[in-house]
Amino acid sequence: MNAGKLLSYIILAIVVIAFVVSIALKGFLVTVGAFLTLFIFSFLYKDNPYYKFAEHLFVGASAAYWMSMGFWKTMVPNLFGKLYPPMVAWAVPALKNNPAQPLMLIPLVLGILLLMRLSSKAGWISRWALAFIVGTTAGLNLVRYLRSDFIQQINNTVFSLYVTNASGFDLGATISNVIIFGGVICGLIYFFFSKEHKGAFGAGARTGIIVLMITFGASFGYTVMARISLLVGRMQFLFGDWLGMIR
Amino acid sequence: MRRTVPLVITLIVGTVLIVAEFVPHKPFGNLGDKFSMYFDIIAVFAFILGGGNLVRVHITKISRKKADWPFSAVTLAGFALVLAAGLFKIGNPGGIRGDVAVVGSLFNDLYIFIFTPLQASMFALLAFYVGSASYRAFRAKTVEATILLVAAFVILLGRTPFGLWLTGGFTGSWEFLQVPNLANWIMDVPNLAGQRAIMIGIALGVISMSLRIILGVERTYLGQDND
Repeated sequence: MNAGKLLSYIILAIVVIAFVVSIALKGFLVTVGAFLTLFIFSFLYKDNPYYKFAEHLFVGASAAYWMSMGFWKTMVPNLFGKLYPPMVAWAVPALKNNPAQPLMLIPLVLGILLLMRLSSKAGWISRWALAFIVGTTAGLNLVRYLRSDFIQQINNTVFSLYVTNASGFDLGATISNVIIFGGVICGLIYFFFSKEHKGAFGAGARTGIIVLMITFGASFGYTVMARISLLVGRMQFLFGDWLGMIR
Repeated sequence: MRRTVPLVITLIVGTVLIVAEFVPHKPFGNLGDKFSMYFDIIAVFAFILGGGNLVRVHITKISRKKADWPFSAVTLAGFALVLAAGLFKIGNPGGIRGDVAVVGSLFNDLYIFIFTPLQASMFALLAFYVGSASYRAFRAKTVEATILLVAAFVILLGRTPFGLWLTGGFTGSWEFLQVPNLANWIMDVPNLAGQRAIMIGIALGVISMSLRIILGVERTYLGQDND
């Protein structure tokens, strides 16, 4: 037995002993949560079997979680509960007196067609269900984005560039409004590639880059903050709920 | 049949939904809501498809004893445990009639003590990598990179008590120089302008792509002919 293998067995023994002791002291579920957290963080050292264990468990558990939630929160009340309510009355009595809606056969049939993807011979028929999904997404998104992200955003950007308040001219608000208005225009100029970015147009595009860089910096800062707050949460769990060092 | 029918389905569904938006009367009235519900139901079938595919892939890996096959057994065990707890509502205080995620059920316990720690730790792990990657990527080599770095730094500092402690001395007419105020200004003014430009750009992209899909110009979602 080489040194590397011996070390890995020693580490395994330590993990198992620590796991058993932790269960005895803190209970099974908290111990599992704590060890899975440590397994994930072990990746900071390098890829290892403990991380792989946690990673594979995460894949299986999350797939089953979303399947279960989808079944009880969507399929039972919205499909079976509307198609033929008595079928699910034993699990959801509130649906018992709902009128049957034969049109719900459409999503049922399309869903079954989608599952045909698992068959190598009849897999092509799943495209029909996929076409429905894609068509619905395209149809809904076209109008939704046109209304809320295009017209509404333009509408919100068209405002007064000379702001006054009770005491007269408001310099701060005026500067802010000018920056917002000019920033949107310059940002859009940067995204417009049908004309070469030269001269005044090029100056607008360069200003657009600055505005976009500030936006990306702000988004980046917020992302890092969100990740750090998750890290703090994990540390609170480890040192508080598990080890009891934070009260 | 293999390519024409899906194209016709996409054309009809997409067109009907657009018309429904402009004709809020029968038979189009609530078609948007109905189709959204159909979409959600089919999405659950997609979850089932994904779960079935996951099981198939990992069973194949185990049966052929491919590299790291024992971890596939972990995936399948985790999948089976959570699925059984969720579908059969094991340990649910309300029995089969109780809410699937009610406090006290095995499914909820698995969510809190397995799913949440794994998910939160995975994302928390990214804090370290985002930190090291940003150090390498954003070394202030250009004006643009410097602007990005300064904006990110101000936002980070402005959202912590340290930022206020550091610049709390600026009072009165200089109060705007306090880092939290600067962070708020960046978020409310230049960041807003950039976000709007991006949103308008994305909206134009989505609208044109939706039209291409509905009219059958864009067909990549159908895959290859031999699929």
